[in-house]
Amino acid sequence: MNLAVLLNALPGAVAQGLIWGIMSIGVYITYKVLDLADLTVDGSMATGGAVCVMLILNGWNLWLALLCAIVAGMLAGLLTGLFHTAMGIPAILSGILTQLSLYSLNLAIMDFKANQGINVTKYQLIVSQRNVRDVSLSNPIVITLVILALLIGILYWFFGTETGCSLRATGANEAMSRAQGINTKKTKILGLMISNGIVALSSAMLAHYQGFVDVNMGRGAIVIGLAAVIISEVIFGKLFRNFALKLLAVAIGAVLYFIVIQIVLWLGLNTNLLKLLSALIVAVFLAIPFWKANFSAKHPHKGGRTHA
Amino acid sequence: MLEISHVTKTFNAKTVNERVALDDVCLRLEDRDFVTVIGGNGAGKSTLLNAIAGVWPVDSGSIVIDGTDVTGMSEHRRAALLGRVFQDPMLGTAATMQIEENLALALRRGQSRTLKAGITKEERGRYKDLLAELGLGLENRMTAKVGLLSGGQRQALTLLMATLRKPKLLLLDEHTAALDPRTAAKVLELSERIIEENQLMTLMVTHNMKDAIRYGNRLIMMNEGRVILDISGEEKKQLTIELLMDAFAKASGETFVNDRMLLS
Repeated sequence: MNLAVLLNALPGAVAQGLIWGIMSIGVYITYKVLDLADLTVDGSMATGGAVCVMLILNGWNLWLALLCAIVAGMLAGLLTGLFHTAMGIPAILSGILTQLSLYSLNLAIMDFKANQGINVTKYQLIVSQRNVRDVSLSNPIVITLVILALLIGILYWFFGTETGCSLRATGANEAMSRAQGINTKKTKILGLMISNGIVALSSAMLAHYQGFVDVNMGRGAIVIGLAAVIISEVIFGKLFRNFALKLLAVAIGAVLYFIVIQIVLWLGLNTNLLKLLSALIVAVFLAIPFWKANFSAKHPHKGGRTHA
Repeated sequence: MLEISHVTKTFNAKTVNERVALDDVCLRLEDRDFVTVIGGNGAGKSTLLNAIAGVWPVDSGSIVIDGTDVTGMSEHRRAALLGRVFQDPMLGTAATMQIEENLALALRRGQSRTLKAGITKEERGRYKDLLAELGLGLENRMTAKVGLLSGGQRQALTLLMATLRKPKLLLLDEHTAALDPRTAAKVLELSERIIEENQLMTLMVTHNMKDAIRYGNRLIMMNEGRVILDISGEEKKQLTIELLMDAFAKASGETFVNDRMLLS
């Protein structure tokens, strides 16, 4: 095993991790703030890229294309939100329904091809894998960090506003929110739209980074997003109390996830087994709080007995 | 004024679990009425409050609060007219949010929520004063998460939230039932003080006959989804537990057997 091979692969892992970090912040908003598990992201993680790449291939301006990608993601979130609130379908199932419909829609957007390439020499792209080892402002790591900072700033501001607070309240206590006059159907839809808009932005950036969009690129995205959220909680949960820092921690969590994956691949794991590994890692981390609670219930602190 | 006319609610209609929770209930409250609601388990006390709050739609009848017909109005829209405190201390506040954030949410009840700051400096000053009046030391913990508070502290905070923006009607749903007797007494005294100060129209459900007799200017008793007793004025002041139990036996044709009530 050659350490140089690993080191050489690290910049790529960091860049990918940061791009997926943006996506993970989207997952954080539904999973932690709104307390909803939203599986729409497996679809919108391809939608953003599909919309952005197709528009650029058709001669659109880069920034306009990115904006349209975000709007497309928000529409996907709107659909899930309507399934959930207007049709009374459980949140998880609503997300699955949207995800499935997005598979067809994504293909339709991509002219019914499973993937579409976009060449960095021919088109203006926001980030590209080609520059990942450059020491310049066009390095995808630098650009993604700037976008990440902007995104965290905007979200920090938003969740401090009246609307943002009502969204947080909905996730914290829905019955109380309604008693305080909050339209929880509206806040849930809004949360799902914001989340999927962010996921679509990440999707567009990932498509640019790798130079193509693939209809399957969102498969398992929710698991990667959850992994980032959970890793950030385990490592930074006690350290970061501030909301902006928590979002930053999620992005760092995603980077760590991709570094770990890179190491595992370097150690010789078959690439095809990667999704199994991701799922198992997330399952174990999700189980830790449950196991901890079970353990302390069965083995009470010895100190307590002297007072009993 | 609150006018409830012929309100009926049946749960699990047309199934083996069918239960008539409210049976043609008519009730009228004047603006400064402080009414205690008493009755056995399943009598319809909480159901009545939930019907007013709009937790689910009623089957028939109408509910008018202060001239506004709220019968078909969604729960969050009628919240503008109501202040609510629940039995479970966990229900009335957002545990993962700060004390001051919870108050800020309550201050905006009935207002449209914009992109302005969720909490302002002036508000903080006002909250600090109001919290100090509770005498629980919460004024020095305004940025603490509500989840760290005790049940009594949470109920006191919920009470403050329910009345921060003066409601047309205050709904207290056995809000001291989950507290220990001393804390319960404190929260009840606080409730009475806030009701008096703000001259609030109030419906307070309780399972404690002594409290039902002691507080408020009017007492109603419910049984099997109906209001079977309505005592106010001088008659209410003369009430004792024995008189109340006799009245129940006469009105319902059965003796009042409810362990929870007799013991408390």
